[in-house]
Amino acid sequence: MKKMKKSTRTAFLTYLSVILMFAVMYALDSAGMLTRSLSGQLVPICCYMSMAVSLNLTVGILGELSLGHAGFMSVGAFSGVIASMYMKDIIPSVPLRLALTMIVGAALAAVAGVIVGAPVLRLRGDYLAIVTLAFGEIIKDLVNCLLVGYDSKGLHIAMNLTGNMSINDLGLEAGGVAIIKGAQGATSTLTIASFTTGFILVMVTLFVVFNLVNSRAGRAIMALRDNAIAAESVGINITKYKMMAFVTSAALAGAAGALYGVNFSSLQATKFNFNTSILILVFVVLGGLGNLWGSMVAAAALTILPEALRQFSDYRMLVYAIVLILVMLATNNPTLKNMLGRLKPSKKQEKEAAGNV
Amino acid sequence: MEFLSYLISGISLGSVYAIIALGYTMVYGIAKMLNFAHGDIIMVGGYISFCAISYLGLPSWVSVLLAMVVCTVLGVVIEALAYRPLRSAPSLAVLITAIGVSYFLQNSALLIWKAAPKVYPPVVSGSLKLMGDQLSIPYVSLLTIVACLVIMAGLTVFTSKSKMGKAMRACSEDKGAAQLMGINVNATISVTFAIGSALAAIAGVLLCSSYGTLMPTTGSMPGIKAFTAAVFGGIGSIPGAFLGGLLLGVIESLSKAYISTQLANTIVFAVLIVVLLVKPAGLLGKYVPEKV
Repeated sequence: MKKMKKSTRTAFLTYLSVILMFAVMYALDSAGMLTRSLSGQLVPICCYMSMAVSLNLTVGILGELSLGHAGFMSVGAFSGVIASMYMKDIIPSVPLRLALTMIVGAALAAVAGVIVGAPVLRLRGDYLAIVTLAFGEIIKDLVNCLLVGYDSKGLHIAMNLTGNMSINDLGLEAGGVAIIKGAQGATSTLTIASFTTGFILVMVTLFVVFNLVNSRAGRAIMALRDNAIAAESVGINITKYKMMAFVTSAALAGAAGALYGVNFSSLQATKFNFNTSILILVFVVLGGLGNLWGSMVAAAALTILPEALRQFSDYRMLVYAIVLILVMLATNNPTLKNMLGRLKPSKKQEKEAAGNV
Repeated sequence: MEFLSYLISGISLGSVYAIIALGYTMVYGIAKMLNFAHGDIIMVGGYISFCAISYLGLPSWVSVLLAMVVCTVLGVVIEALAYRPLRSAPSLAVLITAIGVSYFLQNSALLIWKAAPKVYPPVVSGSLKLMGDQLSIPYVSLLTIVACLVIMAGLTVFTSKSKMGKAMRACSEDKGAAQLMGINVNATISVTFAIGSALAAIAGVLLCSSYGTLMPTTGSMPGIKAFTAAVFGGIGSIPGAFLGGLLLGVIESLSKAYISTQLANTIVFAVLIVVLLVKPAGLLGKYVPEKV
């Protein structure tokens, strides 16, 4: 049998493990063997996995620090909620509506990605980080002002800029439905998300990212991460490939956000604040930059960890913080790294042979 | 008259941002790390001074000194335990550690002082009435502005004249070369953290005095804003942090007054984005083109 390329092998192994994990969790869930809290966490975990993989595309593969990934999730979530509520009567089939919801979320988040990316991707390092942070905060504030409802005439949208408008100012007809009520956020959304959809979302995200990374474009993106000047000098169009990675990442985050949005009956813009962006960044860094598999494990583990620490009640976030610091210190400790390197000599040599990937 | 009073409150708010941003910028300049825990040191400073005034009955100026001492020690300890082992690690690892420290401080404060907001007694009360009571300026605002100017002047002299200040500038330019010249890089970084944290304590007291309440999350938003201010003015530059902080405060206060309370933060961040697009290194930052 012909030996598979290493990248293809990694991709297949990852798909296979995700499918296996899904099958196991699905079986456990159907058999009622999961605790209520864990069973309720299944869809959010899928969303976070997908968020982590998509952020890894920006941070690990493109090499730009983004602190506003939750902003794209927010765009996806609220546009997804609007789309799903609006299509409630038009499209009765739930799976089709879910798919369309996620596509709308992804499309709008991609538009947001283009708007943010076009001007700011020429900034470098920490400056890009602060602009993405600023963008996340702007999205949060704007969604906080958003009033959306629909009736037989179609969608009504208003911005509550002065702070004294309410849903009544939309002028909805009798029988009209309010979808997003400013600072109260989306309320009484129909929750149509399911674990299976979450699984499909994760698979699609992985498929898109793996294929992008292993393509000509992906190699160009990694080349400009490793040395932008060298990449430019061999004719790689920096702006084009940066935009490609950034917008793909935004669109995937939007799809994850849309699923997240229709998983909860009520959702506020403040859910997608700076802390959420940081949380996803923590998944990516703990899982390993550029390592999609690691991102997913970290996302799942760190979403379950605070739940598992519930017995410590008040101390759980404190324990979480200490665990985070200790893990970062341990993984970056040179002595420890050397010891690990000695334990697995074959892997180390392989890495050296492959260069600094 | 209304405009003038908004302007003054903006300058006072901006002065607080500037004091925090000075700490941010110094730490960034020397350690090349975004210290996200800086905002939480402000909160700790606020709580220490609150406890000193309310529980121990100390005069407010003693409470400020106490807060400065505690925060200085805290800053140095955090640097030694969490950041120093990561000196050669990738910057993202340090960033995540800083976030871990920030969570740690916030949740410790939550356990010690509980979530309910505390009413902070202002260090100075009353206000100055001008032009036949038409314009009223709280003394806290005046104190904040004066404190900011004094700190700014002090820091400028310190970094340009003193031996330690010169060592700091040397380290921020090239750590390796500084070490070869006999500068103790680790000690210099510790001193930078100490100064930054002491400034954060002062900022905490001033911030709480003008807002009047104190919560475990009090520090995070001003921390982010001050970080923005530091970038706005050009991160790593002391006059830049001062200018950035003042401008940010004034923009925020005026947009709250005249445009929209809801969108004040949006306007601040939008201005930041526009400025960075025109001047990618911030207002007073030096743009260093990459050498090939």
